[in-house]
Amino acid sequence: MIELDGLVRRYGEREVLSDVSLSLAGGQTLVVFGCNGAGKTTLLRVLATLLRPHAGEVEVLGCRLPDDAWQVRGRIGLLGHEPLLYRELTPRENLRFHARLHGVGTERVEELLAAVGLVDRAGEPLKTLSRGMVQRVAICRAVLHDPELLLLDEPWVSLDPAARELAWPLIGAGTGPDGRRTRVISSHDPGGGLAEADLVLGLRGGRVALLREAGSVDPSEITELYR
Amino acid sequence: MTDNPPTANDARRSSARPPGLAATVGALLGKDLLVELRTLESVPGMSLFAVSTFVVFHFALNQNTVSGDEAAGILWVTLLFAAMLGVNRLFVADAEQGGFDGFLLAPVDRSAMLVAKALALLAYLIVLELVAVPAFGLLLLGSPLGQALPGLLAVLALADVGIAVIGTLIAALAVRTRARDLLGPLLALPLLVPVVIGGARASSPLLSIVHPGGLQLRWLGTLGLYDLVFGLIAYAVFDFLLED
Repeated sequence: MIELDGLVRRYGEREVLSDVSLSLAGGQTLVVFGCNGAGKTTLLRVLATLLRPHAGEVEVLGCRLPDDAWQVRGRIGLLGHEPLLYRELTPRENLRFHARLHGVGTERVEELLAAVGLVDRAGEPLKTLSRGMVQRVAICRAVLHDPELLLLDEPWVSLDPAARELAWPLIGAGTGPDGRRTRVISSHDPGGGLAEADLVLGLRGGRVALLREAGSVDPSEITELYR
Repeated sequence: MTDNPPTANDARRSSARPPGLAATVGALLGKDLLVELRTLESVPGMSLFAVSTFVVFHFALNQNTVSGDEAAGILWVTLLFAAMLGVNRLFVADAEQGGFDGFLLAPVDRSAMLVAKALALLAYLIVLELVAVPAFGLLLLGSPLGQALPGLLAVLALADVGIAVIGTLIAALAVRTRARDLLGPLLALPLLVPVVIGGARASSPLLSIVHPGGLQLRWLGTLGLYDLVFGLIAYAVFDFLLED
């Protein structure tokens, strides 16, 4: 599902990801920990085909990146720091726009708006909604096309407990095609992250500092990454 | 190996087909026009700039009427600078609100963005000219455009296509830089000079009061050829502009 071998990514002269290698099977969840600037978001953007790897091998959903990136777009959902939504448009207009880009029917938009409890506010411009509500719309956008691979950059931030409960069936474990959606999540929450993970990756300065099955990782090892 | 029964997800995924070029262009264009309608960030500014410039020319030249080369020069330079205001803002909402990434994640032909943005800019230019050309006639020609109008519309149409294609190409190039407001005009204006020359030469006889003439087909042909060449160049390189 995801195979990385010696992945390197630079911004200018600075190496943001250095020699990152891992293997994640289909249906599993990889949780990435690391302090700010450790390379978590960059890793997610490389997997999403938005950034090119500068060295190493990257294979996502059986396709090599960047050469076959066009084959995996549309099979990946990305929930990043930015909602990727237009502030002047309403949640319904934003989601219908993305639905058209993915060839998805408008009934799916209504289904998702209902799922995140935003039907009543779906006709108001996004700029008038709270951050948590915008995050809910962004979650709808990320799963609109029912992607096989979901890339989530700190997805639970800005969601209150009720909103988390609403969002869980959409992006939580065991969702997606056949309940076997593969997920890569970046997190700063050792307890919550470990609970969701099959595989744990800890990044420090763009390098792999921890890579193990979640069951064998102690929360204190994750806390150590932030020291 | 056993086959699992199809699930609701399978049904949804099998019914989802990547949209074709026309559908993608329609989605992007609809979104752009809706955003402009809500924000009114481009077209009113462009129109106001053009009308204000004609007012300034009216008083600065201290003439009741202009004609021929002078009139054509004023019209085309004003339209060009007004168009630059729209060019500078063409991709701003996409760059600032993540629209680029949202588009790049979709399984669509990336050329659709070039076509949609060029069409959006073309629509802005048409609205601009609906306001600016009558204002130009009123403030600087001293007479209604009358017989000159059909010919002028042909010149405007060809020049607008050139401005829309080149403007879109340059806007896509400049929008990801920090100095986009400076870089856009710096790169676009040299490329748009031939459009201004073609537009001015083709419309000069139409705007002449003393010796009114017909359409200069040679210059119309030049404008058409320039549009075609830059259309092909834009189509060839646009994908690379969107790449990381």
